[in-house]
Amino acid sequence: MIYNVSPWAIVIFVSFVALVLGLSFYFARKTKSAAGYYAAGGNIHWGVNGIAFAGDYLSAASFLGICGMIAYSGYDGFLYSIGYLAGWVVALFVVAEPMKRLGKYTFTDALDARFNSKAIKLTAAISTLIVSVFYLIPQMVGAGDLVVPLLGLPHWTGVLIVGSIVIFIVATAGMTSTTYVQFIKGGLLIIFSTILTFYILQNGFTLDPGNNYHKFVKIGALLENHEVVGTTDSSYTFKSAHVIDKKLTFVKLEKQGKLCWFKLSKDSTSLEEMLFITTQADGSKLYNGEPKDAGKFYQVGHLTKIIVDGKEVEKTGPVGPFEFLSTMENTELMRFSKKEIKDEKTTVWFQTLTSGKDMIKPGLLYKISAKAGATIWDKINFVSLMLALFLGTSALPHILIRYYTVSSQRAARKSTIVAIASIGFFYILTLYMGLGSSINGVLDVESSNMSGPLLAKYFGIGIFSIISAIAFATVLGTVSGLIVASSGAIAHDFMDKYLNMKMDDNRKVKAGKYAAFGVGIFAIILGILFKGMNVSFLVGLAFAVAASANLPAIIFLLFWDKTTAKGISWSIVVGIISSVIIILFSPTMYDKYGLDKALAPIPLDNPGIISIPLAVITLIIVSLLTQKDNSTKVENYHND
Amino acid sequence: MHGPAAKLDIDQAAKRKSKLGVKLFIFYILVYAGFVVIGLVNPDLMGLHVIGKQNLAIVYGFGLIVLAIIMGFIYNAMCTKLENQLNKEEKV
Repeated sequence: MIYNVSPWAIVIFVSFVALVLGLSFYFARKTKSAAGYYAAGGNIHWGVNGIAFAGDYLSAASFLGICGMIAYSGYDGFLYSIGYLAGWVVALFVVAEPMKRLGKYTFTDALDARFNSKAIKLTAAISTLIVSVFYLIPQMVGAGDLVVPLLGLPHWTGVLIVGSIVIFIVATAGMTSTTYVQFIKGGLLIIFSTILTFYILQNGFTLDPGNNYHKFVKIGALLENHEVVGTTDSSYTFKSAHVIDKKLTFVKLEKQGKLCWFKLSKDSTSLEEMLFITTQADGSKLYNGEPKDAGKFYQVGHLTKIIVDGKEVEKTGPVGPFEFLSTMENTELMRFSKKEIKDEKTTVWFQTLTSGKDMIKPGLLYKISAKAGATIWDKINFVSLMLALFLGTSALPHILIRYYTVSSQRAARKSTIVAIASIGFFYILTLYMGLGSSINGVLDVESSNMSGPLLAKYFGIGIFSIISAIAFATVLGTVSGLIVASSGAIAHDFMDKYLNMKMDDNRKVKAGKYAAFGVGIFAIILGILFKGMNVSFLVGLAFAVAASANLPAIIFLLFWDKTTAKGISWSIVVGIISSVIIILFSPTMYDKYGLDKALAPIPLDNPGIISIPLAVITLIIVSLLTQKDNSTKVENYHND
Repeated sequence: MHGPAAKLDIDQAAKRKSKLGVKLFIFYILVYAGFVVIGLVNPDLMGLHVIGKQNLAIVYGFGLIVLAIIMGFIYNAMCTKLENQLNKEEKV
């Protein structure tokens, strides 16, 4: 997609980045001690910390990924909103106060509080690093996606800009500046998402998304022996027909010397225009048969039917929040589905007529209904995702470290409640922003992540610029938090505690800054490599790894007296290895490697349903076998 | 071995708060599991209108989010009451 860059967008974006950097400079002068660097001195107000929690949590996955997923797959994207929010219930009721009571700077501190075990220090530090890296990838991918329409720069530039700024923020002031950046960003994201939702409701439903929206062509098909051999429109010349997956027929035509692709309609009477990208012999790409600059690769997503009170209408005018959802049910819309035509080195996006009813209930992405041909693995995938989302939140290292920035257990609890209320409100808005994107002709089929910001652009360049700048700050803030968590794992857990390097406060902060630099560079490289994947899906994987590696250890430490240090360490190891192996051999990763998805040895996209129970079983068995080790544990750190 | 970043007073209410948290957690997980089970066993139910013109998927999904917020406030109120009561008794 080619975007026109607005000077206002650049001004607002640069102002935001300047504000963030200014804050870092300001707090850098105040941050001298390790407690200041890793835990903001433990003096942040619970209200600020609660909104900062929201800032940490409402990452690129929430605003960019979930909105995009809802825009393309309806309610199935909203499942992520439900699961992400439900995860906070675990955090509030089970984890918040004990974590505050047990830890100092990092999640490893809390796990190790009763044992003083080298094995826990090492495995928990590695787990923090791996989960943070899995979480960092989608943030960087999202940053790259954002700068394309915002600043007109290529994807890799966005990744590089975010990486560099974040390294600077973290390496200067650590957790204090990260907290205030998150507070400002979290607050602004919720305010402007509310404004965007207001615009969506005011706009209502319309069959005409605007003057620039491309009218997709439909022409007659000529068939012989059930095979397409031409078209009734003499301005097109037939080139070839390709049957994909035994049910879809794609037809290559030529018009005025330019190639174009059509799909045979379901009733085999007509050919429907598609969007397509062809990779040429020299590696360059043609968008709808022309170079990208020609601007022929259109934004899509439109309504084909709106029914109000039993009558078809062209538009509804403003609607209320509940009326929006009930009217959505009585619409039909055109979604676009992706397929590869490998022998032509072409990717096509074809029109799929979808009932509004199907958009606001589960089933378009996760085939859980027998009618839709769901297999047992489809159902297991659904349960696995919901399990990982529910259990992952309270096991994310960058969320857990935020409990150490407040002064008391009561403050930890109160800040969690502020987080739940603000995050819950935002997640309800995601359904409106996602559905609004699907019907107003704003979707960029190359990147589902841009649905929310592009919807804002539909309503005006001002709100687009602000929303995009906030989304960019979202990425900055979350990546900062992740890098603080990672640098804590390396410098505090591994170097200071595991290797026993006995660093003073000054050296500990310095080591954290070097570690932040290293992790930042690594994140930049991964962000460039994973371009094009939905960020919410990627975050779902991070949740699965966190829920498998960390949560069994946290829960059993708090609630089972027989838990031993070796039990915790082995549970972390098994949780990490099993979840990462399942991800690496999943259908989605096979697709990413360029292999056939069907050949993936493990037909699961989300590993939680296997890896979480494996980690739990490991913890129980190893703990029971090593009971004599518990004679040295520190009882007064226990949960009572 | 080390303690928390900020100095914490001994909390006499910790055990009772923990029990309360576990009870509320179990209640929520049952409601959440109900949503997942309907999705698995009879996904068509999700399309049925249950309140006004809103289908079960919308009502249940929004309900889970709103329930988490309400339970959060209730939990906080009960914990604060316990803390005030038990920690005050301890000081006396």
